[in-house]
Amino acid sequence: MEKEKAITVKNLVKKFGSFVANDNLTFDVYKGEIFGFLGANGAGKTTALKILCGLSSPTSGEINVAGFDVYSETNKIKNNIGYMSQKFSLYEDLTVYENIRFYGGIYGLKLKDIRKRADELIQKLGLTNVRNELLSSIPLGWKQKLAFSVAIFHHPKIVFLDEPTGGVDPVTRREFWDMIYDAAGEGITIMVTTHYMDEAEYCNRVCIMVDGRIEAIGTPSELIKNQNAENMNDVFLQLARKAKQQ
Amino acid sequence: MKKFIGFVKKEYYHIIRDPRTLFVLIAMPIAQILLFGYVITNEIKNASIGILDHSKDEITKQISSKILSSGYFKLDASINSEQEIHEAFRKGKIKEVIVFEPHFAEKLKKEGTAKIQIIADASDPNMANLLTNYTEAIIRNYSIAITTQNTQISLITPEVRMLYNPELKGAYMFVPGIIAMLLMLISALMTSISITREKELGTMEVLLASPLNPFTVITGKVTPYLLLSFINACLILLTGYFVFNVPVNGSIILLLAECLLFIFMALSLGILISTATKTQQAAMLISLVVLMLPTILLSGFIFPVENMPLPLQYLCKIMPPKYFINIVRTIMLKGGNLATLWSDTLILFGMSIFFLMVSMRKYKIRLE
Repeated sequence: MEKEKAITVKNLVKKFGSFVANDNLTFDVYKGEIFGFLGANGAGKTTALKILCGLSSPTSGEINVAGFDVYSETNKIKNNIGYMSQKFSLYEDLTVYENIRFYGGIYGLKLKDIRKRADELIQKLGLTNVRNELLSSIPLGWKQKLAFSVAIFHHPKIVFLDEPTGGVDPVTRREFWDMIYDAAGEGITIMVTTHYMDEAEYCNRVCIMVDGRIEAIGTPSELIKNQNAENMNDVFLQLARKAKQQ
Repeated sequence: MKKFIGFVKKEYYHIIRDPRTLFVLIAMPIAQILLFGYVITNEIKNASIGILDHSKDEITKQISSKILSSGYFKLDASINSEQEIHEAFRKGKIKEVIVFEPHFAEKLKKEGTAKIQIIADASDPNMANLLTNYTEAIIRNYSIAITTQNTQISLITPEVRMLYNPELKGAYMFVPGIIAMLLMLISALMTSISITREKELGTMEVLLASPLNPFTVITGKVTPYLLLSFINACLILLTGYFVFNVPVNGSIILLLAECLLFIFMALSLGILISTATKTQQAAMLISLVVLMLPTILLSGFIFPVENMPLPLQYLCKIMPPKYFINIVRTIMLKGGNLATLWSDTLILFGMSIFFLMVSMRKYKIRLE
């Protein structure tokens, strides 16, 4: 049975002047899948992600996100996706609730719905006590989880996470991934970039980028088998070394 | 529209929750106007002078007492010889010395003329100019008085009237300039900082990845500052009126409308700066250097444009504050209306549209 595709990318090229940031990328992401985008810093992960979110336009290639064309239907795409940036993306001088309400508002949710969902969310995250505290007064791990919840607050079809777990302790990172699984369970497609190789094993499928190109794509176990490696870390090191020798 | 209100609300929280900035924004206009109004003054009061009287006769004593009783001068050191003059200037005790030649009254009677030398400390040229002018005026009055007494001939006496600012108050001159300076500062500086802050925080990306229209983002960001700037303009006008009695002779509605136009222009400049910079510091630096200096120096705020070298005069012509300051002065002091100000207003309007178009274009390009 053909699985439904959430994102299709064909021959995506992005150039900045003479520098090629994305060199002929082709891949599909299926609905409800957790798709990992792996690579060292500067490998072109964030660039590709920004193109898919409509933040940046590609030099060439056919790209379809959530059923919409990335060139002509950017606005429709934006209504159907969530995005969590590399930098921490909530407002420190707004309270927990105000942050939720603001982001709910810019996605056009009704105030009644925002209130209801915000209450549920705050309860689920255990933030009831700090509901009306400024964000600057709560710990980083909680903020990160809140940022993710806010990114999927409007029930997008796809959510893009750009290195969401940077600077977070292992326990919170594990909890964060539990939340990602929950979201995937609800049918949200998740595309996540990371350079933590242990996180790669949490993904359904991963794609490893080296110097702007896709070096390997598949499930973590397939990749480990193909490369005769012990774990994802080895897979990545082998691919990266091979690229350097060429 | 709902999204827009939500956005403005968020900006409002940012401003209100940063009490230090808010305090500066509200207190600054008042502090500035008081400072400028009291510190920079062209009036002379009790300037220390010395008198070297080689003659010590009836007439020199009369002239001396006339000068000293005017209220502008006070006698600091009696100087007895030429050598002491330099000493006294160097010590900075006095600003001016008046020297009467020997046998002053005698010469005046016999030859009909006598010499008074006025020596001023021109290390502060403006001050020296003012002092000598005042002294000359007093002596001239005296000489007119005695000649008419003696000869019964009425000489031509020019009667000077200072229009629009009869007491030559400094505040009349500075209030319009301060309005321009502060509106520029708050509108351009604060907008550019608040936009670059979102860039630094990474929230700008999230906003742009949302269905929010980029123009809603920008208008939402500038609206609170537009209000704030407008309140500030009113505060300055009120302080000027109640503390320094600076009148608004023309239409107050026209004045406020022109303020809004200028704010509009400054906000566009702020957006333009924020598209060209990545960090708050860079935005602040550019705003201060590129906007504030011309507003103060090249606008006629303090230094008259007409006295500048020609290239600088041309440079002044492209500075929006020049037009705005002229507009505000004309409305406040001369009671001017749109009929007299239409050309300046049109230029300012054109500049606003130009900067707005350029900044929107640049902002769009940045989205790529």
